[in-house]
Amino acid sequence: MAAPGAFEPTPPPQAGLPLAPSTQAEPVVVFEDVSIGFGPEPLLQGISFTIRRGETRILLGPAGVGKSVLLKLVNGLLRPTAGRIFVFGQEVSAMSEDNLFEVRRSIGTVFQEGALFDSLTVRDNVGYRLIEEHVPDDEIEARVTEALRFVELAHTLDKFPSELSGGMRRRVAIARAIVSNPQLLLYDSPTAGLDPITSTTIIELVMKQRDVSHTTSLVVTHRLQDAFVLATHHFSRVKNDMEPLPPGQLDPHTSFLMLHQGRLVFDGTTEQLVRSDDPFIREYLR
Amino acid sequence: MPLATIDSAAKRGISAVQDYAQLSGRAVGNLFRKPFYGSDIFLQADLIGVGSLPIVVLTGFFLGGALAMQSASTLTQFGATAFTGQLVSFSMIKEIGPVVTALMVSGRNASGMASELGSMIVTEQIDAMRALGTDPLKKLVMPRIVATVVMLFFLTIVSDAVGILGGGLVSVFMLGQDGSQYFHNAYQSLMYPDILQGLIKPLFFGFILASIGCFYGMRTRGGTQGVGRSTTQAVVVSSVLIIASDFVVIRLMLDLFGR
Repeated sequence: MAAPGAFEPTPPPQAGLPLAPSTQAEPVVVFEDVSIGFGPEPLLQGISFTIRRGETRILLGPAGVGKSVLLKLVNGLLRPTAGRIFVFGQEVSAMSEDNLFEVRRSIGTVFQEGALFDSLTVRDNVGYRLIEEHVPDDEIEARVTEALRFVELAHTLDKFPSELSGGMRRRVAIARAIVSNPQLLLYDSPTAGLDPITSTTIIELVMKQRDVSHTTSLVVTHRLQDAFVLATHHFSRVKNDMEPLPPGQLDPHTSFLMLHQGRLVFDGTTEQLVRSDDPFIREYLR
Repeated sequence: MPLATIDSAAKRGISAVQDYAQLSGRAVGNLFRKPFYGSDIFLQADLIGVGSLPIVVLTGFFLGGALAMQSASTLTQFGATAFTGQLVSFSMIKEIGPVVTALMVSGRNASGMASELGSMIVTEQIDAMRALGTDPLKKLVMPRIVATVVMLFFLTIVSDAVGILGGGLVSVFMLGQDGSQYFHNAYQSLMYPDILQGLIKPLFFGFILASIGCFYGMRTRGGTQGVGRSTTQAVVVSSVLIIASDFVVIRLMLDLFGR
């Protein structure tokens, strides 16, 4: 595996133009032989993969396999027991907590249950990072409103999380994650526990962020349906809605990772996934 | 008990002490590092200090009164009821005021801190805060510790004053003593080391109750049941440590000032 280069922020490509082939883009996340365990047995073992700029990687696997743990390893909320993790070219697995806070400011995270601050209003939740960075009030208001418009919840500014439905809370969490224009987005089972219609709304938002802002993303899910919708659809800015790609086409920037029994058993494209001969993958996709 | 159980229990205990020392050390160190959460300190000072004022005033007043009645009934046997004021002020300022105020504030706030932070842990709000680039020890723990230390200091002074006043009212209106004699004795018998002891204690107690409350809150595991467990542990451990540290401070003050 190539050593990760130093991170140099580059502006996102213009909407509508194709991205450079992902193999040429610089790596944003690199896992090198990473293991972690919370007891005598390791939960994840020898995990290695790379996420390049502009890519959306979908992490699949059965419940309890360690998908959320892997996500928390990316932004340094957990530390590996072995191996190295690079994010934006910096080794987060060897960083002090203070330095990690700097790296995390470029990462947006959507937690499984939203993890909104229940004593703050939607406005303060979404604008939390901007308030911490002492951004002027006018700019906070404008950016929070813009982020909430993106998730179509601009009318909830003064509500508290307890006054929102589960799906709305998840959408506010997405708004909070994207408000500071992060260069990497981590979604931890964004549709878990939601009804099919709300799940589609959430996946559409993930797709919108992918196709409009071209943000590098890691999406954890155990719902195959969500994963394949992301791989076979794109977001149309004209229709302001997602639409299926022409028959036989797949989103070139969306690819898959799959965990099984603590190991990465698949790292490849949608086509490679559906044509895999691995018995577990075939069983999982059935 | 099998040796392995004793061994793992000892390791858990030592690990907990180490975690507590780390949390306290980092929280205090954060006082001198940017960003400084001044507004959070004021908010906590209001919640902890002003919010605790009613219970501190009430307990202080009735404790002073009870102390006056108990002292007077004993002192009567020696014909020394005139020293009631001295006994009440001595007891309130050196011992009962700081300890009871700390225990009351601990019951109200150490539990509150543990449950608030514990709930944030189990709902991933602390992880979200870290993921958003904010150090929870700076944003949540440091302001609570600073606010508690400062406010407990003033609450103890209020408790002492109200306790002496309560003792005075009981002495005058229930025991028929002379008011000026009570307050004269209460004031004249006090020396600087007594005042110092009464003012040093709340600084230790405030730090103990806030850091223990935050510590148990931040290490909460296991959902709502875990939050309940953390809350109970925070109150029990902080109360025991307040009384144990009281013993140590008394010993220290006796060695330094001889009273």
